[in-house]
Amino acid sequence: MLSNLIFYKSRKNFLNNNLAPNLNLNLDKNKNSNIPEEYLRKSIACLPNLSELEVVRHYTQLSQKNFSIDTHVYPLGSCTMKYNPRAAHRLASQLGFLNKHPLAHPRSCQGFLACLYELQEILMDLTGMTGVSLSPMAGAQGELAGVLMIKAYHQARGDLARTEFLIPDAAHGTNPATAAMAGFSVKEIPTNSDGDVDLEILKQSVGPKTAGIMLTNPSTLGLFERNIGKIAEIIHEAGGLLYYDGANLNAIMGKSRPGDMGFDVMHMNLHKTFATPHGGGGPGAGPVLVNDKLKPYLPIPVVDKDAHGKYFFKNKELVPGSIGKLSAFHGNAGILLRAYIYARLLGREGLKRASEIAVLNANYLMVKLEQAGYTLGFSNRRGTHEFILTIQKEHKEFNISALDIAKRLLDYGFHAPTMYFPLLIPECLLVEPTETESRRELDKFVEVMGLILKEAQEKPEFLKGAPYSLSVKRLDDVKAAKDLDIAWVDR
Amino acid sequence: MPFIPHSQEDIASMLEVINLNNLEELFDEIPKNLRAEDFKNIPEGLTEQEISRLMLERAAQDGMDLNFIGAGAYQHHIPWAVWDIVSRGEIMTSYTPYQAEASQGNLQLIYEYQSMMASLMGLDCSNASLYDGASALAEAVLMAVRCDKNKSLENNLNGHVLVLGDLSPRYKEVLETLVTHQKIKISYLSSEQVQNLNNLKIWESLNINAVIIPQPSFLGDIQAVDDLVDWAHQENSNKKKSLVIGLVNPIAMSLLKPPGEWGNNKNLELNGVDIACGEGQSLGVPLSLGGPYFGFMCCKKNWVRQMPGRIVGRTVDLDGKEGFCLTLQAREQHIRRAKATSNICTNQGLLVAAGTIYMALMGFNGLKQVAMQCHLNALSLKNKLENLDQIKIISQGLFFHEFVIELPDFISASRVIEKMAEQNIQAGFNLGANQLLICSTEVHTPADHDRYVSALSYILQELQVERVLSQESVLC
Repeated sequence: MLSNLIFYKSRKNFLNNNLAPNLNLNLDKNKNSNIPEEYLRKSIACLPNLSELEVVRHYTQLSQKNFSIDTHVYPLGSCTMKYNPRAAHRLASQLGFLNKHPLAHPRSCQGFLACLYELQEILMDLTGMTGVSLSPMAGAQGELAGVLMIKAYHQARGDLARTEFLIPDAAHGTNPATAAMAGFSVKEIPTNSDGDVDLEILKQSVGPKTAGIMLTNPSTLGLFERNIGKIAEIIHEAGGLLYYDGANLNAIMGKSRPGDMGFDVMHMNLHKTFATPHGGGGPGAGPVLVNDKLKPYLPIPVVDKDAHGKYFFKNKELVPGSIGKLSAFHGNAGILLRAYIYARLLGREGLKRASEIAVLNANYLMVKLEQAGYTLGFSNRRGTHEFILTIQKEHKEFNISALDIAKRLLDYGFHAPTMYFPLLIPECLLVEPTETESRRELDKFVEVMGLILKEAQEKPEFLKGAPYSLSVKRLDDVKAAKDLDIAWVDR
Repeated sequence: MPFIPHSQEDIASMLEVINLNNLEELFDEIPKNLRAEDFKNIPEGLTEQEISRLMLERAAQDGMDLNFIGAGAYQHHIPWAVWDIVSRGEIMTSYTPYQAEASQGNLQLIYEYQSMMASLMGLDCSNASLYDGASALAEAVLMAVRCDKNKSLENNLNGHVLVLGDLSPRYKEVLETLVTHQKIKISYLSSEQVQNLNNLKIWESLNINAVIIPQPSFLGDIQAVDDLVDWAHQENSNKKKSLVIGLVNPIAMSLLKPPGEWGNNKNLELNGVDIACGEGQSLGVPLSLGGPYFGFMCCKKNWVRQMPGRIVGRTVDLDGKEGFCLTLQAREQHIRRAKATSNICTNQGLLVAAGTIYMALMGFNGLKQVAMQCHLNALSLKNKLENLDQIKIISQGLFFHEFVIELPDFISASRVIEKMAEQNIQAGFNLGANQLLICSTEVHTPADHDRYVSALSYILQELQVERVLSQESVLC
């Protein structure tokens, strides 16, 4: 097997002189250092020895093997792969921000803190909540913060029997994993054939053990949960609280607010809705927002302003009921800065417009794909910012799967939609075009999907081998797990 | 400016295709009583020129500090090539590599990261990263207890973890938030306490699932890690050994013995920690007021299936060509849901890219140079401060690039920090009362040290005069 790993390009005993801090340092016999021999490292780590150009070329070439928003349409359902404005990245990358130590005196971070404070205000208005903490570093951590706040709320009321979380079967995998991590047991609530939560079963499921429910609205089925008002009533009457998973907020900005729907706590995914870069799987930022009930429990730190208009971080002393700290410092501050810039660029009308066009694009694509011969997950419902296709029919007729279609799309220069999620729709693709794709790109996508359907009918075996045009063909992931090779070793 | 490419005609013709009259009808499934009113606090949108002006002003307002704070986040020189490559759209705007064939660049990069990181730690395996150092430690604690329970086939969740050495108060707080819900108890011993192994005797009768050994400790001390690992590896009175978690600074591990080699056992196989973790920020990631950073986690190969977070494996494609994909996904939340090893869904991909490129540019020798220069700079600053009469150096043992000083007892650390900040010098981390934790790295020059020492000396005199005057005024 020929390898392109950087380690094979390395040579022994080469030092990239330009980057070494001090060439006069004698590392072997340094009289000034007082560290005794037995504490020092003798072995060599397998970091490569290369010139700057060699490294730059290696990683530039690697980058060219990626799909990305900047190079490809990325209709990845539930991930909101919209354009990441260059201005947000560039303006947040100024040295005044980048070189700021997290524990620097607040007087030297007023500019940074002003942005964070104003972002808090914007997020509260957007969601209809009254409290916020920016500290969670990703959606899943925001979820954990939310669930821990609900736990703290019940405990503070001496309501100790509430050990169970209700979670719809369509929910993101992080929801049940989070509830379990916070020490709760999980009860799944089924979805009815219209795609709404089954209210009858929900009514039977609540009781004195119910701590709360975790919901996404629009749901992961790409549908607005029409009974949300009723659900909130059932849960609140049973003494539980409602958690809102903000993954799909891009569908409803300026149209409906989780706070008004009856949710008590929620997280936002700023790397989705507020266009901060996904960076190949992180960093994210998952601020949590709450109503008055849960305000005393917000994770610290929270940015506040004193009587003189000076910004500062509120810590444990000022939020004594807080569930505590989630990160060593203040969360992913640099990402929050990008989100702030994005929000200011769009403004009140722009945010609303973003949701309108995101939903327009999805509904347009949904109608067009149905016309092209695909089966919709829910043909009698309005689409939101995303929608579901099911390949069940083609699976039966031609023995091709959602995976085959996804892989073939890559050949045509489109990133695949989310596959096999949500779990309850067989052979499904979850498609989310976002507002930043033009009608022209959407039409091209429809055309390509039509071609693939034709290929599926005429030469299904061909689809099984896709993709054909990328840097590698379909990968053997069974071998990857069986003959585990997760680190190169110099032999 | 919502970055929308649609003309009015596009919108009209698309609405026609869906058979709607206007955009508002797209939202007709939202019940009337839940429709939002207009935003009250979100301002009107800005042009790019306007937001640029605002952000340039705010960055300028925050200015350029001469920084001597460490305490878990460290200022290093970042080669310009690092973020120039990381900022390429192909890396920055890509998603989690679920479609492996369309993500080979990121996947190979993460594989190379895992290789470099595992090797730097002297261990077999690394994951693709976690959120930050503190949350990586919390995940390591959960993992260690899981490993220990699996070994002894115990089913209860209760666990007990012992920290051997000074730990960041912030890390303690994060452990409390993330770990205590799983019924795991954590006990803390200071670096001073563990210097004498006799102080550990009382813990030998207890069932300790794992120990955490920070290197260097939060206060900068280089600890006698070999002896601590030997202690944890010996059987206690219940014939039980503890797992060992090394919490380390990755830059320091190019100079100091890496966690995979800790211990004095003649049989080298028996040495080494089970899990190493820590803050990856030092490796090419800017300070940026605390994030985004990345947490790293490495382990011995027998524990890999208990490790949280994404892992990339090397495999082949249909033609037998080298390729990379996510592997061991059966541990993760999108498959296991409530039974996953962790709820974490992301890694810190972009920061790992920076870390990998940083390590590749520096090479092992370059990294070692950085570590040595940090150490020498901290020593040199300490020596200069020793000459100030009012300052007492608390760190008497070995330290890496951070040390503790004590101010005269009538001067609080917070006062000095504030006064120094007025001169754009971040003086150090406030340890409470009159003690400061000071860090110097390779970015500092002798002139920077002189500026620090003279500013501090001036401020101490000023505060002393202030004190004398106030005493006189009392006497009058």
